[in-house]
Amino acid sequence: MDLYEYQAKEIFAAHGIPTLPGSVATDPNGAKAVAEELGGPVVVKAQVKAGGRGKAGGVKLAENPDEARTKAEAILGLDIKGHTTRRVLVTEASDIADEYYLSFLLDRANRNFLAMASVEGGMEIEEVAATKPEALARIPIDPIEGVDQAKAREIVEAAKFPAEIADQVSDIVVQLWEAFVAEDATLFEINPLVKDPQGKVIALDGKVALDDNASFRQSKQAEYVDEGAEDPLEAKAKAKDLNYVKLDGQVGIIGNGAGLVMSTLDVVAYAGADHDNVKPANFLDIGGGASAEVMAAGLDVILGDPDVKSVFVNVFGGITACDAVANGIVQALKMLGDEATKPLVVRLDGNNVEEGRRILAEADHPLVTLVDTMDGAADKAAELAAGK
Amino acid sequence: MSIFLNENSKVIVQGITGSEGTKHTARMLRSGTNIVGGVNARKAGQSVEIEGNQLPVFGSVEEAMKETGADVSVVFVPPKFAKDAVIEAIDAEIGLAVVITEGIPVHDAAYFWAHANATGNRTRIVGPNCPGVISPGKSNSGIIPADITAGGKIGLVSKSGTLTYQMMYELRDIGFSTCVGIGGDPVIGTTHIDALRAFEDDPETEAVVMIGEIGGDAEERAAEYIKANISKPVVGYVAGFTAPEGKTMGHAGAIVSGSSGTAQAKKEALEAAGVKVGKTPSETAKLMRSIIND
Repeated sequence: MDLYEYQAKEIFAAHGIPTLPGSVATDPNGAKAVAEELGGPVVVKAQVKAGGRGKAGGVKLAENPDEARTKAEAILGLDIKGHTTRRVLVTEASDIADEYYLSFLLDRANRNFLAMASVEGGMEIEEVAATKPEALARIPIDPIEGVDQAKAREIVEAAKFPAEIADQVSDIVVQLWEAFVAEDATLFEINPLVKDPQGKVIALDGKVALDDNASFRQSKQAEYVDEGAEDPLEAKAKAKDLNYVKLDGQVGIIGNGAGLVMSTLDVVAYAGADHDNVKPANFLDIGGGASAEVMAAGLDVILGDPDVKSVFVNVFGGITACDAVANGIVQALKMLGDEATKPLVVRLDGNNVEEGRRILAEADHPLVTLVDTMDGAADKAAELAAGK
Repeated sequence: MSIFLNENSKVIVQGITGSEGTKHTARMLRSGTNIVGGVNARKAGQSVEIEGNQLPVFGSVEEAMKETGADVSVVFVPPKFAKDAVIEAIDAEIGLAVVITEGIPVHDAAYFWAHANATGNRTRIVGPNCPGVISPGKSNSGIIPADITAGGKIGLVSKSGTLTYQMMYELRDIGFSTCVGIGGDPVIGTTHIDALRAFEDDPETEAVVMIGEIGGDAEERAAEYIKANISKPVVGYVAGFTAPEGKTMGHAGAIVSGSSGTAQAKKEALEAAGVKVGKTPSETAKLMRSIIND
């Protein structure tokens, strides 16, 4: 789960990392009120989970509360890389003497964590890594040993932070690591970390990604979920505990197992090349179980997608037997009744497939077409979605 | 021969008394696995009857190994307790720990992996979030259906469970030496490379199917490894060409971040290493069939 800047900075502040005072607002008057409370010039920043906010006109300086209101008005509703701005963060404006970079992240390739730090702050770190790799210190972090003051010193020295702020930055490095572990994060990034004219080091902007698998011990994760920004179909699927991702095609997909469903999307996209370029409409993994209830819940979400023209149910009976899946489909169609309006192409294979196919053939539902192979079924589903 | 698991493997189940543990212990027993007991500290000294077998429950992996000579543990312990369970298996120095559990926090997986490294890597870890390992007709450690295919000369290593089953099914007439489901999490123990290395050394395995998916760069690194070290034919399949950037597709590790972790990059890397990559699972099976029949 990715967080907004204001949430990231709330976490930083809670762990003792210096940030600038500020608050989030959802309307122009709210932004004005925050500016009044802060006093003095403020920065109004669009809160979207995308980079390049400055260039898109999503970050503006305001000299006084009235100006904060007008700037917020201009920023709210702004589309930044496909994300609509629905909140702004209003913070104290700060004079910047210098900009740096600091992060901790999961290093999948090495199966540990990585600290990255640079005195070349303020730009996208990918750009620093590409153009001035020598300016980016990369220090592996052992998950058991973690980061103490000595390790923090090593990071600060490797990145060549100036001596006069080395103590401050070292403290921030330790605090950032402690926060990274405490929050079960996969990314904690401060960019830029700045030095103000008085020599104080502050986290000016931040990015945080949290591990969804840790939600059982991170009760606060639920508060970070931004329901308003979710796709309505994704929200509906989530409420039914379904593993669903909305895509922009016309062939609804239901399958069992993440790998098989990803593969199903690909096979449908290939088949679509011969049928008006139709594409998969979603990812939906109903898991190993594939009970009638889960099948019905899945079909309900997919049939509720106005873009869907046909549905491809692709199940390999491994642990689940195909007859149970077939019964699930028949019962799901009964449960949905008149709600089920779009053609279903079903491919079953594996455990007890003969019986599964027999059940579907016997039910002879007018919407259901049974195809024996995955590639053949994908082609049929694409053809039906294209309406030919 | 086979890799990681054979007819002499003695298997214990960590979490044998839980619902998943009990259900899959029964399936493993039905497929001929020599299960010698289970572990649950709270039920130590008791026994459980599964499929007509009285299986002793031990207080620790160490005790189970001492009493039974077990050399494989299959872990069904829930996410909250999985880190401690895996560390217990590592500290007992069991040869193979197959971690089926889905939903383990990545900080916990990174921690137990670091612990394995720090203690000399005496335990091979497979998973987490994997379907397990099967050497058909010999032993089955995990949740892979045993009735899809018999033993044979193809080796299989895959991030995905159902794609493993699909591929086993497509090539069931040829059969498999060992199928290794390495799991779809961002941090896993055994990698594609580890399985490829073992298949290269296994006289029974003639060719290898390697199944990957979006996320990370494990397939790219495997491609480099194949080019330098593998003489046996390898065919590949990669899932997730149509996955959008920034969305997790079912598996915690299946995510394209920016321009990294794409299926296209993985396919290109594999092809550059001389691996034939199928466009669909069926086409991949056909590629393997033509190699075996050559």
